[in-house]
Amino acid sequence: MQPANLLLITLAFAAIAYGFGYFRSRALAMPLGGIRHLKSLPFYYGARAALWCGIPALIVLGLWAAFQGHVIQTLVIGTLPENLLPSNEGEASLLLSKISNIASGALPRDFADPAIVKAADLLIRLREQSLMYMTALVVAVAVLAGFIAWVRIRPTLNARVQVEATLKWIFFSCAALAILTTVGIIFSVALETFRFFQKISFIDFIFGSHWSPQTALRADQVAAEGAFGMIPLFTGTLLISAIAMLVAVPVGLMSAVYLSEYANPRVRGIVKPLLEMLAGVPTVVYGFFAALTVAPFISDLAASLGIEASSQSALAAGAVMGIMIIPFVSSLSDDVINAVPQSLRDGSLALGATQSETMKKVIFPAALPGIMGGILLAVSRAIGETMIVVMAAGLAANLTANPLETVTTVTVQIVTLLTGDQEFDSAKTLAAFALGAMLFLSTLVLNILALHIVRKYREQYD
Amino acid sequence: MTSIPANANMSEKTLHDENQELPTLAEEASHTGESIVEGKTVGTPYADDAKFKLRDVEVFYGENRAIKNVSLDIATNEVIAFIGPSGCGKSTFLRSLNRMNDSVESCRVKGTLELDGQDLYDPRQDVVELRARVGMVFQKPNPFPKSIYDNVAYGPRIHGLANRKSDLDDIVESSLRKAGLWDEVKDRLDATATGMSGGQQQRLCIARTIAVSPEVVLMDEPCSALDPIATAKVEELIAELSQSYTIVIVTHSMQQAARVSHRTAYFHLGHLVEVNDTSTVFTAPEHQMTESYITGRFG
Repeated sequence: MQPANLLLITLAFAAIAYGFGYFRSRALAMPLGGIRHLKSLPFYYGARAALWCGIPALIVLGLWAAFQGHVIQTLVIGTLPENLLPSNEGEASLLLSKISNIASGALPRDFADPAIVKAADLLIRLREQSLMYMTALVVAVAVLAGFIAWVRIRPTLNARVQVEATLKWIFFSCAALAILTTVGIIFSVALETFRFFQKISFIDFIFGSHWSPQTALRADQVAAEGAFGMIPLFTGTLLISAIAMLVAVPVGLMSAVYLSEYANPRVRGIVKPLLEMLAGVPTVVYGFFAALTVAPFISDLAASLGIEASSQSALAAGAVMGIMIIPFVSSLSDDVINAVPQSLRDGSLALGATQSETMKKVIFPAALPGIMGGILLAVSRAIGETMIVVMAAGLAANLTANPLETVTTVTVQIVTLLTGDQEFDSAKTLAAFALGAMLFLSTLVLNILALHIVRKYREQYD
Repeated sequence: MTSIPANANMSEKTLHDENQELPTLAEEASHTGESIVEGKTVGTPYADDAKFKLRDVEVFYGENRAIKNVSLDIATNEVIAFIGPSGCGKSTFLRSLNRMNDSVESCRVKGTLELDGQDLYDPRQDVVELRARVGMVFQKPNPFPKSIYDNVAYGPRIHGLANRKSDLDDIVESSLRKAGLWDEVKDRLDATATGMSGGQQQRLCIARTIAVSPEVVLMDEPCSALDPIATAKVEELIAELSQSYTIVIVTHSMQQAARVSHRTAYFHLGHLVEVNDTSTVFTAPEHQMTESYITGRFG
């Protein structure tokens, strides 16, 4: 049976175990004079049986699914004759994919080495056996554990405490999963970054002002030596994000102030969802808008003023991006401004403060942490945004502070470096990981900085 | 009619135990022989040196008439207490005196409300200026989440009352002194106000209010969230402040009204039933309803 089906079956077993546990606890309680003579409610006895049935079976299933591939591969390779044994990792993976292709029928077996065909047959057999053993083991574990749990139901057993303790661990592992994923991402990026810095000097990368990652792919190709200076990319990212924030923060904050303090509830009910819709428009659509409407408009406008402007400009991309992230700022700020207690507003108004003084001096400082949160979210969105930049700001890595010129950003370069057929040991491809690591680091620093600022300036109510 | 201490001994418990529903006007009228007549207040609702002159005041929340035809004078430098059962409109009436009801969308105020002869609800009336003259202290202490100093300095700053830092320091110190808080906080003016005890917070709110030098201070159940010791301090403070300010206090505690006020106004279901000297109200109330309330027959 396939692991996915087995998963469903295990869950079904757990559900059945729940039912058995539930009714057994009730049956035990009735002669004693009712459910109140049980230590816990019948629900907890059922849940306990379900957890007993499900968790060990799922652990067995997970471990088996995780390790069976590796074990089978080792067994298959072990049967190959000496002369076919792979000498390095690359060959080994080639050989394995050849065997499994023959096994699945994707490659004709007539032309293959008989030893390999034999290995393919073994692979098929081992896989079938593995699935069979796995099914048997998982079902056995589920039934046995469920049965033990069912037998051990006693009116004196406090099932609630056990269930709650188990649930606490389940919640903990969910939280741990998110952290572990982040750690995993850091490791995978760090590894490739390390390989990149074996090829390209760290100093050149960090302080280099020229970005042109075209290297020769093959030894016989004629190509310029690639230049991997990340400065133009980071200034490009900074420029576009800064323009976006210049648009999004004032507009977003002021609309939040309007919505929460001045708009009547009817207007608010209509305007707020409409504003939030801005965040739901796909970025590609914003890209069209930026490339086909805003960018030409800006270059025409600049031309009419006698300023030279590129048809793809940082300004166009940044401005449209800013519009896209307005709701991140406005919606979150509106929520936190509304959460400031009415008593603070009353206190300020009763002292003869105007509505705007109340806003500036009382509500805004109290709402600052939430507002900063919204802005941070918007910044990270702006830094990570790729599509609008590709379409409206271009790909040329110019080191410039002029918003009317073409620039490119870190994320856009990562995409261009990694799209298409790539070799994963050339400096060009590895550069993408180095850029990713730098981006990760800089957003991390930004987050820590913002947290620090919030802690320093916030005014905590209650 | 018994004396004040006897009333004071009427514990909360007996009030609730003995009491059922509020008697309707008709029921009350049938067995007392004295009913509430709209717009008619027994006692002495009018004064010669009126600070507030309020005539035929009606306050509506949507269709609901919360204040019914109330006329009252509030004299300069007097302490007047508003008492009455919950929902009788005393807080609503108080809040209409500095237009705090403006922010309630469905609220409308009718009638004549004058402060020193000036119409409060005149469209040309600057509500900011009005609230600078008529300050307010709320039921729950609501200090701003700023330092103690900044809380008191807030009003003077927005009204430009101090030209120099030293002037502002003086205002802060004298306000805190008047509120009896200076000795407790003089060493930690930079500490955040929300870290103080409830009673200190409420006195800070009073200091904050008088820092703007208002003429009138409205207090909406200022002690209902405080313990007896903090309450005693705030009451002492009210007695001192009454020498320089007109004070209107809403309270649920009849002992408190008896202790701090010169005159007492009894509200019932939006009507102003009786206004008299506090001693009269608590020893020989003119109106049957007032007597029923202060003796704890309902409320």
